[in-house]
Amino acid sequence: MSGQVQMRPMLVDDLPTALNTLLATGGRMQMAYAWFRDGQPQVCYLAAPGAGQAFECWSVAVPAEGLPSLAPIAPLLGWYEREIQDLVGIVFRNHPEPHPLVLERGEHTPPLLPGAEGVVTTTAPHALPEVEGEDIQELDFGPVRADVLESAQFRFFYIGERILRYQPRLFLKHRGMERRFQGLTPEAGVVVAERVSATASLAHALAYCQAIEDAADCEPPPRAQAWRCLLAELERIYNHLHYFGHLADATTLKVGQAQGRWLEEQTKQLLARVCGSRLPMNLLTPGGLRRDLLLPDDFAGQLAAIEKETRHYLDMLSDTSSYIDRLQATGVLSQQVAFDKGATGPIERASGLDRDLRRDHPYADYAALVPEIALREAGDALARAEVRADELRQSFALVKGAVDRLGAGEVCHPCAPEPGSFGLGWAESPRGSLFYAVSLDTQAHLAWAKIKSPSYSNWRVFPFTVHDTNMMDYAINEASFGLSVAGCDR
Amino acid sequence: MALWTLFGLRKGSASTDWPKAGNNHGQQGVWGMPRVLDGACADSCEACIEVCPTQAIGRQEKASTSGIVIDYGRCITCQRCVEVCPEPVLQATDTWALGVRNRDDLRWQAALQTPEAAELGQRIQTRFQRSLHIRHVDAGSCGGCESELQALNNPFYNLHRLGIFFTASPRSADLLLVTGALTRSMLGPLHAAWEAMPEPRWVMAIGTCAVSGGIAEGGYTCGHGLNEELPVDVYLPGCPPNPAAIIHALLLLLGRSSQRVHAGRLT
Ligand code: SF4
Repeated sequence: MSGQVQMRPMLVDDLPTALNTLLATGGRMQMAYAWFRDGQPQVCYLAAPGAGQAFECWSVAVPAEGLPSLAPIAPLLGWYEREIQDLVGIVFRNHPEPHPLVLERGEHTPPLLPGAEGVVTTTAPHALPEVEGEDIQELDFGPVRADVLESAQFRFFYIGERILRYQPRLFLKHRGMERRFQGLTPEAGVVVAERVSATASLAHALAYCQAIEDAADCEPPPRAQAWRCLLAELERIYNHLHYFGHLADATTLKVGQAQGRWLEEQTKQLLARVCGSRLPMNLLTPGGLRRDLLLPDDFAGQLAAIEKETRHYLDMLSDTSSYIDRLQATGVLSQQVAFDKGATGPIERASGLDRDLRRDHPYADYAALVPEIALREAGDALARAEVRADELRQSFALVKGAVDRLGAGEVCHPCAPEPGSFGLGWAESPRGSLFYAVSLDTQAHLAWAKIKSPSYSNWRVFPFTVHDTNMMDYAINEASFGLSVAGCDR
Repeated sequence: MALWTLFGLRKGSASTDWPKAGNNHGQQGVWGMPRVLDGACADSCEACIEVCPTQAIGRQEKASTSGIVIDYGRCITCQRCVEVCPEPVLQATDTWALGVRNRDDLRWQAALQTPEAAELGQRIQTRFQRSLHIRHVDAGSCGGCESELQALNNPFYNLHRLGIFFTASPRSADLLLVTGALTRSMLGPLHAAWEAMPEPRWVMAIGTCAVSGGIAEGGYTCGHGLNEELPVDVYLPGCPPNPAAIIHALLLLLGRSSQRVHAGRLT
């Protein structure tokens, strides 16, 4: 049994009251997913009562007629319910947005039903809203977009420069990665987790390994914990630098774009020399690290050089009025919408929600390496950029702190989960909160894995900042969110 | 704005001269694909075959002294085989430039005669002169290949200096560069991009997912590699392939660099 999460079996009829109580006491839902216990469908609602308190898994047996949708009470659950219906076939009654999300529901057996085989015959749905009025034009953009970008399709309903409504079509890249875990040994699962969303490969490996460690009730040795934080923060640094290069590009600041990309490149090259890959992969295993790592002799100097240039770069950006002007008041996300629709990471923190898993539910070595949480209230593109800038500066300090804590010693403890066990792991990835829930079968291989990715949460929120805005602001607003499509689509 | 111009000038050029001159390809420390050394395996040891997540390893008598063969087109460089090998047979390497014109060159076989490859090089030489326009399509990636493709335009690699450009419209593209596991939803847009390209046109599979399906192969929405969909001219496996490997593969297409794997052997 898991120590990180409290199991609360619940009756279907008690769900609404429990949810209202959770919300009234400052808690929030994290996700919902379906799985099978002894062949019987169960839905787990993962609740977060608040900082420092154990997560709760409200688990309900699914009756034949399905479940009531809880989206009217907690809107962020809406997408999870629709996904469960698409992939597992469980019906949610009275859903406010009942159409499919991840896959058209076709002739095929829902692909996550136990025993489902073969390929599905449908594609990603594009449920379009009814938009009525005079002179409204429609514009489709994507899924193949300019330059090198991940595939996603967008429909704009607009009059002149004004966007009335915006509807993204995601999940074109849905690869069914969660089913890919089934049957694997806990060690083998890491390789899959790293390749769910490679710009957060380390965060995925970390959350996954911690889920297995939770199931096995084991803890990695201190050196491994410090290494995990060190690598996780380097991953945050290169991602945030990429973000600023992209944002500068969207505001047509070409030199600013080049400088962001150049700093990102230097960080990736440093990562390669530290751990053998530019996007940190092939490093973690349940119980610690796969092999011990050695810091190159010039690491401190290299890091200091990147940090110095980064600080200068961030200062220059905030001194550039053309850049600041384009971000200010663009794509405003109110605190209420951020909370209700489930925004996470730098996005929610830019709208005044003070949450960060590193501080609120410390993992790896974060109990010792406590980050100061960057917070803004405005909820606009500028606030989102400022939060990331603060985090970026913080991350250098955290890397240095982790280096100081790299004591001698082993890097892996044995970690074998019991057959039938369950575990939950999490990480604050560069884009926000990431969860892995795993259950093991009678051979202690993976029976089920559920991933709650930050970009799934933030893509859910993003359209609410686009409706009723200007075409001119769209690219900047999208860049200010820093979304990953692979992470969302899985 | 003047501030930034000055800043750009003062910084000068961060670009590497590689591959025109020198060896500063920027990939120091990057682990590549494993190598099969001459040596004998312990009787009935199949440790590497069992752990390989993408079924890249097999046995083939006479292929090597151990009989172990690796299909580099399936390898995602996870290093699990190297870790479990009890003998000095599988070894980690820093070899990463693995673009090939023929998918079979990523497998061990008797050395292949490939007149088509030579002809392709010829055609490209005459067609492109010195510049190449690329349309990229993400057909279901994890985002890793895009991260490294985007790096090509950073000041270090500065792809433009080689006369290679990404273009928004397939109508002006010479090369279709495809990443990802070929999800069903992306097949339509992929074919549409290819159809829109003027002839002659070339196709490159970037990353192990596009070459053979990769880690996502067997997923309920995924395929088994780009050659099921389009005629592929160059394959570059890797997970993800690093920017220097991608440049090498592009130059291979242009006939400006030589292939580094032949018949499943690194040279
Ligand atoms: S390194 Fe390549 S060949 Fe070896 S186990 Fe991993 S994917 Fe298979």
